[in-house]
Amino acid sequence: MSTLTVDKAGPTRNVKYGSMSRDRAWALRWSYFFLTLFAIFSLVPPLYMLITSLKGSAEISAATNPWWVFHPTLENYVGLLTSNQFQRFFFNSAMVSIVVVIITMLISIPAAFALSRMKFWGSATLATGVFLTYLIPDSLLFIPLFKMFALIGDVTGIQLINRWYVLLFIYPTLTVPFCTWIMIGYFASIPKELDEAAIIDGASWLQTLTRIFIPVALPGLIAATIFAFTVSWAQFLYPLVFTTSADQLVLPVGIVTTLIKGDVFNWGQIMTGALLGAAPPLIIYAFLMDYYIAGLTAGATKG
Amino acid sequence: MVDAAIGEDSVVRPRRAAGRKGLRHALKRKSTVAFLLTLPLILLITLLVVYPAIYSVHLATLNKSMQRFVGFGNFEFLSKRDTFWLVVKQSCIFAITAVVFKALIGFIVAHFVHNIPAKGQRKWRGMLLVPWVIPPAMSTLAWLWLFDPSYSAFNYTLAFFGIGPIPWTGDAGWARFSVILVNIWYGAPFFMIMYLASLKSVPDQLYEAAAIDGANWWQRIWYVTLPMMRNIIAITTLFSLIVTFANFDIVRILTAGGPLDKTHIFATWAFRVGIEGSDIPLGASVSLFMVPILAVAAIFILRDVNKRGNES
Repeated sequence: MSTLTVDKAGPTRNVKYGSMSRDRAWALRWSYFFLTLFAIFSLVPPLYMLITSLKGSAEISAATNPWWVFHPTLENYVGLLTSNQFQRFFFNSAMVSIVVVIITMLISIPAAFALSRMKFWGSATLATGVFLTYLIPDSLLFIPLFKMFALIGDVTGIQLINRWYVLLFIYPTLTVPFCTWIMIGYFASIPKELDEAAIIDGASWLQTLTRIFIPVALPGLIAATIFAFTVSWAQFLYPLVFTTSADQLVLPVGIVTTLIKGDVFNWGQIMTGALLGAAPPLIIYAFLMDYYIAGLTAGATKG
Repeated sequence: MVDAAIGEDSVVRPRRAAGRKGLRHALKRKSTVAFLLTLPLILLITLLVVYPAIYSVHLATLNKSMQRFVGFGNFEFLSKRDTFWLVVKQSCIFAITAVVFKALIGFIVAHFVHNIPAKGQRKWRGMLLVPWVIPPAMSTLAWLWLFDPSYSAFNYTLAFFGIGPIPWTGDAGWARFSVILVNIWYGAPFFMIMYLASLKSVPDQLYEAAAIDGANWWQRIWYVTLPMMRNIIAITTLFSLIVTFANFDIVRILTAGGPLDKTHIFATWAFRVGIEGSDIPLGASVSLFMVPILAVAAIFILRDVNKRGNES
């Protein structure tokens, strides 16, 4: 049967080839066309941030063509970057994100090492538990966590509500499970022979971790670090719940709550703030795109 | 403390050869080390995830001033309120519509990216993933400005085509549309990147075999691509369902639940009731209603991830 069809197709072979490559060319053209459409859809909001951030307030209220800047000015950038309040938001955000990354790594690397290499009672259950924790969203826990920290303040007198450093306790609940999970995957993919050789050579567990596991799994480590940083930087619900005074706010909440005042929307400054708030993750992404994507896709796989 | 334990362990090791007792001792040591290494993780999960989750159930059974036990009083109260059922309905519409479109768009775009020469793929992928990289709170501000009632850049553009000003966030129907649109914009790149990764892992031989058998492009997608990607599609969709269902940032910034609670979803309404309305028990009960749906999705994800783990 199949030989028959091949024979039949024989004489028209050249034509078929031509039409196939023509089809291919058209498919390619369509691909580029739709990709351009989707790229426009993806990039309109960030580009519009940039356009608006370069406009003065007079130009914005004059309602000229919104897609074009007629009188570019940096007054919004100068205004925000010299404002003490904005610097404070930026400092708080940077501080929280960096410390959370460090805490996350200190907790998840040893845990992932133990869970991937040392089988002990309950290790499989714990690994599953870590993954389940990663699936628990912030919007489920913010009310009990808020009440818990308020109670800690009442009982011990240590006031944590409305202090930026309370976020250092809260954010690891979002970052540690995921980072542990992907580090388990990366560590498990390291050949056993490697650490067995190290043990035979007399290395301790700590040395195996720092000399073998961390260097070999460095790409995974970078991906986890990027994830922890971007999650901490972008988090909005927890800081909105836990902090209220202007000097304790992190960047996203600060921009939303202080720049939007009642009916007065200073859109030039809001867009500038949003763009500056989006800048750190975007810069990391621009330079470390492959690690970023590796971390993104690793979440759904087990090593 | 952890370091000290490891140090001890290495000292103990030479004794391992000494006999069965020493071996058993060392094994014991190993599990102690492992326990100490995972202790911070266990503490974090129990104190800041498991305990609050249980505490939330306790909170939900108290009255507003949190002094009296009311049992299922809060749930009864909620079930009699129309707003609550509106929130349930909207959360489901919001999550399902957004996830379906994210998955579809992600699938289509992944195919287009996969279709073009490998050299250019990186550039396109880089551009298309930008929505996922920007913190959602920040990008939603840009959308809010694009949807502004009097200065909307979309309405300005649409006016050229004679389409009248659209009340993007002012009218209930349009507000729901806008919220879902922003969510699709934010979430579709995630699907795209996941699908692209799994498209690349489908062996070319399968497509060649299908082409030799005379399969057209639709048959190739239906009989080769989809079965090969089934697992990753399931995981991604379920995962996105959880994230979308529990979403807070986009609705909060874009509409804050308005107009007339017509865009409230569980997270934003729980915030409105629990934090802004300072009725913490009621807020806790509202967010607890998310648990059944999240649990079902989580169980399926776990099953699929384990399956995937076993395959590889």
